[in-house]
Amino acid sequence: MSGGACAVRCRGLVKRYPGVLAVDGLDLEVRAGECFGLLGPNGAGKTTTVEILEGLLDPTAGDVEVLGMRWSSDERALRERIGVSLQQTHLPDRLTVEEILVLFRSLFATGRAPEEVMRAVSLEEKRRAHYEKLSGGQKQRLAVACALVGDPELLFLDEPTTGLDPQSRLQLWDVVQEFRRTGRGVLLTTHYMEEAERLCDRVGVVDHGKLIALGTPRELIASLGGEEVIEVALEGVAGPLDESAATALLHLEGVRAVRLTPDGFALAVEPVHVALPALIDHVRVAGMRLGRLMTRHATLEDVFVSLTGRGLRD
Amino acid sequence: MTRSVAPRSALVELTLARFRLFVREPSALFWTFGFPVVLAIALGVAFRNRPPEPMRVAVEPGPYAQRTLSELDSAQVRAHVADAPTARQELRLGKVVLIVTPGPPRTYTLDETRPEGRAARLLVDDRLQRAEGRVDPTPVAEEHVTDVGARYIDFLIPGLIGMTLMSSSMWGIGYAIVELRTKKLVKRMLATPMRRSDFLLSFVIMRAVFVLVEVPVLVGFGCLAFGLRVPESPLTVIAIALVGALAFAGLGLLVASRAQNTQTVGGLMNVVMMPMFIGSGVFFSTANFPDALQPALHALPLTALNDGLRAAINEGAGMRACMPLLISLVLWTVLSFAAALRLFRWR
Ligand SMILES: Nc1ncnc2c1ncn2[C@@H]1O[C@H](COP(=O)(O)OP(=O)(O)O)[C@@H](O)[C@H]1O
Ligand SMILES: [Mg+2]
Repeated sequence: MSGGACAVRCRGLVKRYPGVLAVDGLDLEVRAGECFGLLGPNGAGKTTTVEILEGLLDPTAGDVEVLGMRWSSDERALRERIGVSLQQTHLPDRLTVEEILVLFRSLFATGRAPEEVMRAVSLEEKRRAHYEKLSGGQKQRLAVACALVGDPELLFLDEPTTGLDPQSRLQLWDVVQEFRRTGRGVLLTTHYMEEAERLCDRVGVVDHGKLIALGTPRELIASLGGEEVIEVALEGVAGPLDESAATALLHLEGVRAVRLTPDGFALAVEPVHVALPALIDHVRVAGMRLGRLMTRHATLEDVFVSLTGRGLRD
Repeated sequence: MTRSVAPRSALVELTLARFRLFVREPSALFWTFGFPVVLAIALGVAFRNRPPEPMRVAVEPGPYAQRTLSELDSAQVRAHVADAPTARQELRLGKVVLIVTPGPPRTYTLDETRPEGRAARLLVDDRLQRAEGRVDPTPVAEEHVTDVGARYIDFLIPGLIGMTLMSSSMWGIGYAIVELRTKKLVKRMLATPMRRSDFLLSFVIMRAVFVLVEVPVLVGFGCLAFGLRVPESPLTVIAIALVGALAFAGLGLLVASRAQNTQTVGGLMNVVMMPMFIGSGVFFSTANFPDALQPALHALPLTALNDGLRAAINEGAGMRACMPLLISLVLWTVLSFAAALRLFRWR
């Protein structure tokens, strides 16, 4: 592959709509063969970014290179080599699964047999079903199948599992993981933390059109300082704790970060068996009453919250 | 993983998809085939050619009334006795077209602006004068013909075919493309190596093939059900219909080129089609409009299409005779496609 081992590289990407800066100076590198996730809340600019990378939107400014090529000069060649699933596409209601796949296959010079792709997304039994009769999960798998049927080197998936039930989400994750076994790259966007942690080698966190963190899910979680989270709800307190109470918590042994919540606080801790006894002592001494205490592994959600002070789905 | 070469070309698959979607949409089938047939039957029944109604005439009472009555009553004239006020009333209401007051002098009362009144006056006077002994110097004979090709139904059916070609081409292309755009399918297809020309051509091919089915079916129906003349040059009929459908395909593409939702394109389409429904001679002749409007009306593509279909079906015109109309339609096709391709919003 020319252009080094980069599947996607963009610099200084800007997309301005009247009144909105959808993408605000984004730099990104997706390595060949990796699964890269763009993570961010609704309106963060994920779709805009991905559609620019897919050559479907023109950026206001910035430079894009995909598989070592540029959209301005190599559009057709590039289209043969990438697979795209848009955030929302409504395929024709009254075509069958098989007809849709055969149609999409015909648009590529070379690709995979529709039959085989149908199997890969477990839709063989639905081959003669009209699109309008499919469930949400089946429609989404068909959309991904349409992206796979051209046998792409790089797959773009924009929120592939948004709105799906857990079972359908798992099925779709299997499809993506199966695709990756051949060593090909994926760029996906999501606002589901589990999805990014489960599928992605590296994650870029996007907010207000800017990349605010980048790394493997492990690294990002480690950047919190602790991999465990203790969430505490207090009884008999009127509102959030004050700064001095937060500082006191931060000085406890094993506590790496403190975030105040409406009825208590969440601590990033390391290790949990040191922090927990210290916390219990502190609560008793300070005369606070515990309503609820829960420990769990830190997730990318915690990373996002610690970076922005907001939840991902707020 | 097996890589394979595409078994069928993109253009073929795109066109097949358009056909499948069309035949799986029952309402589209109805508007293409059912609607013109239903309309032709309804209008054909309403305006069918009946034997001429007898003229109704009132005769005022008097000594000669009974004799006048018996001389007049026939297949062409139905006469009855009515006193003056009643007869006036009947004339005003159109129940009679003429009042005869036996003379001498004999008086005819009629509404000068109604042609039936004047015809009745001539016929009635002729009858009575002869009965009273007038001798015509030259013997006369009459021959009756009904000219196939000059009835209202002969006028109507080609107009209905033209109208159907217009609306099915415009809806079939304009509406369908905007619907694909709102469903983000145009964008989705553009994310593949699909040629844009294949995408557009698939719509045009589909329209063209439908013309080849639609026009023979509708003309055949007209010939069988209403005794339309069988066209002397079916090829000319098809050629005019094809080029006409292409011109409207281009206009459909043009109205769809920017529209972002189906309401917009629906509105635009009605704005384009409405003047032609009225002014292009579908239900009544373009000649009814003032002279000043004639050049504009004749420039409209539906006028050219309807005139061409009428010439080819009713008068048996061939290619050569229809050439000016064909050229006009080709111009519409070229110009509308050129404009649509310039304006078309792909993304
Ligand atoms: N075509 C458009 N015109 C105007 N604003 C847009 C358009 N597309 C997206 N935006 C705005 O750009 C921002 C980013 O949108 P988007 O890329 O869809 O975010 P995400 O995919 O992360 O939810 C949002 O504020 C959105 O309202
Ligand atoms: Mg989005």
